[in-house]
Amino acid sequence: MLLDNDLRPGDALRAALARGDLSQVEQAANTRSWREANVAPPQGPLATLNEIRTANLRGRGGAGFTTAFKWESCRNAQGEQRYVVCNADEGEPGTFKDRVLLASHADLVFEGMTVCAYVVGAGRGFLYLRGEYRYLLEPLEEVLARRRRDHLLGRDILGTPGFSFDIEIHVGAGAYICGEESALIESLEGKRGIPRNRPPYPVTHGYLQRPTTVNNVETFCAAALIAARGGDWYRATGTAKSAGTKLMSVAGDCARPGIYEVPFGTTVADILDMSGAGNTQAVQISGPSGTCIGPDEFERRIAFEDLATAGAFTIFDGSRDMFEVARNYAHFFAHESCGFCTPCRVGTAILAATMDKIHEGHGTPYDLDEIATLDRVLNQSAHCGLGHTSCNPTLDTIKRFRPAYDLHLKQLDFEPAFDLDGALRRARQMTGRDDPGAHLATEPEA
Amino acid sequence: MSASLTFTLDGREIPFAPGQTVLQAALTADVYIPHLCYHPEFKPHGSCKVCTIKADGRHVSACTWPARHGMVVENATDELDDLRRTLVQMLFAEGNHFCPSCEYSGHCLLQAVGYDLQVETAGFRHFFPVRPVDASHAEVWLDLNRCILCELCVRASDEVDGKHVFGLSGRGAGKHLIVNALSGRLADTDMAATDKAAEVCPVGVILKKKAGFRVPIGERPFDREPVSAQAARYAPRPPTRRREED
Repeated sequence: MLLDNDLRPGDALRAALARGDLSQVEQAANTRSWREANVAPPQGPLATLNEIRTANLRGRGGAGFTTAFKWESCRNAQGEQRYVVCNADEGEPGTFKDRVLLASHADLVFEGMTVCAYVVGAGRGFLYLRGEYRYLLEPLEEVLARRRRDHLLGRDILGTPGFSFDIEIHVGAGAYICGEESALIESLEGKRGIPRNRPPYPVTHGYLQRPTTVNNVETFCAAALIAARGGDWYRATGTAKSAGTKLMSVAGDCARPGIYEVPFGTTVADILDMSGAGNTQAVQISGPSGTCIGPDEFERRIAFEDLATAGAFTIFDGSRDMFEVARNYAHFFAHESCGFCTPCRVGTAILAATMDKIHEGHGTPYDLDEIATLDRVLNQSAHCGLGHTSCNPTLDTIKRFRPAYDLHLKQLDFEPAFDLDGALRRARQMTGRDDPGAHLATEPEA
Repeated sequence: MSASLTFTLDGREIPFAPGQTVLQAALTADVYIPHLCYHPEFKPHGSCKVCTIKADGRHVSACTWPARHGMVVENATDELDDLRRTLVQMLFAEGNHFCPSCEYSGHCLLQAVGYDLQVETAGFRHFFPVRPVDASHAEVWLDLNRCILCELCVRASDEVDGKHVFGLSGRGAGKHLIVNALSGRLADTDMAATDKAAEVCPVGVILKKKAGFRVPIGERPFDREPVSAQAARYAPRPPTRRREED
């Protein structure tokens, strides 16, 4: 649907521009009086918005927010200038679908942004490009230049008076947190990438405190397809609650890793089959901030109503230690926490240290309880999704792969993380002592 | 102005003015919600999360959450106080806080909130970070061991003093306060003891020299009365230059 689309540059825009009047008449016939519908503002953008709504398009970045609602809120927000931002800060471990879209379908991405600009009435757009994707900058600039020459960007797009929009590429500096939309906007403004206090939300107070629509790369691509082919066409694929297709970044222990486009409703088992995975122990869906599932759940479906995902699909076969997988992810979150709020800044560091303690053979069941407490604190008080989800990989693996943890745990109720006897090492060196009296027992005496 | 805007906080009616947040309205009504990074003279920051409440069933920061008419807020519940206790413990574990030898004891908001929430231990393994003291400046010294990263000094220096002396750098557990000078030393900035930035620190990172122990231990604001009994002191007000009470 998306990867094999045959749209030429401008097709979606032409369809959107052409849609206007007809829909206006239809709406008048179907709803209230002809006169009432006719006094509404120009129907062109609203007609396209209706297609997006009909398509039931939801955000592809993971959260699944209804795109039409976001666009409409931005369109209706007060402000002298509106902005469209494409979130290409693809940082979730295990996801790489946006890279493919930007490298092979850049026109579709920009077309979707331009359709969005037409609908919400934006004059400027930004593509926030992940720092690690800097090598895509020149090719993307070339596409933008060509689109300007073809009047698909710039003043009076396709000869439509007043429809002016241009796109600027902003390269990030490699922070995972900038994938969070309000942190991304802060970064666009040249500030540190720290999520904002919400409300207000970006649709009303985004870039420079003005109405801003932020969508994922894949969402814009889907929006362009919908503008060209219509909402009913799009909705015919997928499930009742999740329309269309999803790009999956399949990686890990499988014969054919890569990008797979699947209709919503596809099972995990199907994707494992397609990619030639065998002896699969676990699949991390949507990266560490998503869900880790085991074989008894492989019949679950990729869909907003079951396994919602931004696209990462990381496969672990029987040879992997799922405890170590979770420990790695715990360090990832501790490294990427922006440090703004107490629970995330301190909590992610404590989680990583606790996982290290277990790794080093000093862990006890008490530590697992502590992790559950940390999770509660982070969920109740962290400033953004990074903190909320940072314990997910650990909790999911404790729940589903407990034996992997038990191998590392001591069967004591509690053991301190520090080595009591080791702490005296320097004192022994300084005093030249090594007799029994200069040592402390670390195991409790029976 | 509409006279009848109210929400309920633990069953009590709290009036509020349009634009006020839950914390601002509560403190104006002399009702205490624990907080650390909030300061009555500054825009709420929302970083310490100690003021977390349940507004209509949802956990949010009271300092930044807009008050809405008819909203039902839970504040002094065991669940929320447990959460706050853990957050305060996290801050004690993260920095190097040695209350018995700290000049700011009795003035320190972290200590006061800790006492108020009956925090008895840090609860977590201490991080023991290495944070140097900067005593280079003639009038003011910095003990970064106590920093809780509330950014009040950053904000005061930017917004009130117009000097931009402080900033935050790094991220995650490596986040730390920096001084805006090539040398990184306070002496090489235009900081003065009369700056707003010198009086807003809630935990005694920024201390004035030659003024230590001017108020004896035992007679300081939080020695006299727990912080929870001093809610009105934190009611929002426009930025002033100096507080005479300390």
